[in-house]
Amino acid sequence: MRHLMSPLDFTTQELDRLFDLAGDIERNPGKYAHACDGKILATCFYEPSTRTRLSFESAMTRLGGRVIGFSDANSSSAAKGESVSDTIRVISCYADICAMRHPKEGAPMVAAERSGIPVINAGDGGHQHPTQTLTDLLTIRSLKGSLGGFTIGLCGDLKFGRTVHSLIHALIRYDNIRYLFISPEELRVPDYITDMLRTRGIPFREVIRLEDVMPDLDLLYMTRVQKERFFNEEDYVRLKDFYILDAMKLSKAKDDMLILHPLPRVNEISVEVDDDPRAAYFKQAQYGVYVRMALILTLLELA
Amino acid sequence: MLNVGKIEEGFVLDHIKAGKSLELYEHLQLDKLDCTVAIIKNARSAKMGKKDILKVECNIDMLDLDILAFIDHSITVNVIRNGEIQEKKELVLPKQIRNVIKCHNPRCITSIEQELPHIFYLADPEREIYRCKYCEEKYSPTTAT
Repeated sequence: MRHLMSPLDFTTQELDRLFDLAGDIERNPGKYAHACDGKILATCFYEPSTRTRLSFESAMTRLGGRVIGFSDANSSSAAKGESVSDTIRVISCYADICAMRHPKEGAPMVAAERSGIPVINAGDGGHQHPTQTLTDLLTIRSLKGSLGGFTIGLCGDLKFGRTVHSLIHALIRYDNIRYLFISPEELRVPDYITDMLRTRGIPFREVIRLEDVMPDLDLLYMTRVQKERFFNEEDYVRLKDFYILDAMKLSKAKDDMLILHPLPRVNEISVEVDDDPRAAYFKQAQYGVYVRMALILTLLELA
Repeated sequence: MLNVGKIEEGFVLDHIKAGKSLELYEHLQLDKLDCTVAIIKNARSAKMGKKDILKVECNIDMLDLDILAFIDHSITVNVIRNGEIQEKKELVLPKQIRNVIKCHNPRCITSIEQELPHIFYLADPEREIYRCKYCEEKYSPTTAT
């Protein structure tokens, strides 16, 4: 039995198979409409996340399966003090696979250690968000044609942004990628990531102004400054509007640059950018469903 | 001069930083072993000025000494058999440390989950960096317990 805790749990060959499957699902949805008949997905969300939860629910429903679960800790037995270990043991009796989001880092790993069913990490605090990473990789692979040979700019909250950390971890396994980290001083990418890149001889630069590097980028990955990651409201207010991508800034970008964003956005991408052909973030959300469908099938060994 | 007798089989842990022997006693869980243990504090040392020494009389397979490498490199481990030093054991950094140090990341699941062990893995042997198994936060000695 396999779980998904980190995007690195799968080899690049396994990811290729997963993405091929996601591509086949996109082209032939009818072929998979009953692939999970009789199967149940439990969505155990200890913190609010409409988007990821609905993406999982959509994925399982499109596969013909059913979904049970809770969408915040107050409506679960966690509010009564039940441990993650006990919860997953019980959920294992009710469902065939579980997607878990938890504000505490490592909670899905604790669940996986005690679980009788595959567990998918659907986001744990500021740590990992592997299905978002799989979504990002599938989007890049599908729209750029390959996973490698490009310059990617990651912009915004690079300190607490788990989607960014997960994506970098996943991308370092592919060749010929240059990284540009665009963030205010207070939200710089953590040392362990820059150390890792240095150790592997992977080129990267850290800059503050997005405009300065815009012409170099093949991909721009925007992130939101997340209020829930700050202990101090003052810091959040000071940093939340640091980057706003608008048509003016975008005028310096390459014609085929892709704009990605894990969503939800607040105001870091101006609405006027939505109609630009380079804006790929809504398409990215669609790929999120395909990749979760492929993941469910793979972990349930139905693919 | 205090004299502690020779041991027949076991270990002599020498060059322990003065005052640290009781900490080692706990880390090695010597309280759980039914064997003779001598703790010598503040012994005179030409090299260190003052040092602690631990003498443990037990079967040499009974103790996992790798944790010593994590705690202090400078400790000398003498393996005793038949009353003589048979070898000086080389300490190797343990790949995993369980319930010796604690994760201090307030966002880590270890901060709330009942009876969850604190497990660290050796992430970078060259720089001796350990990370929490669950949240991957780097262990920082300044926040050690």
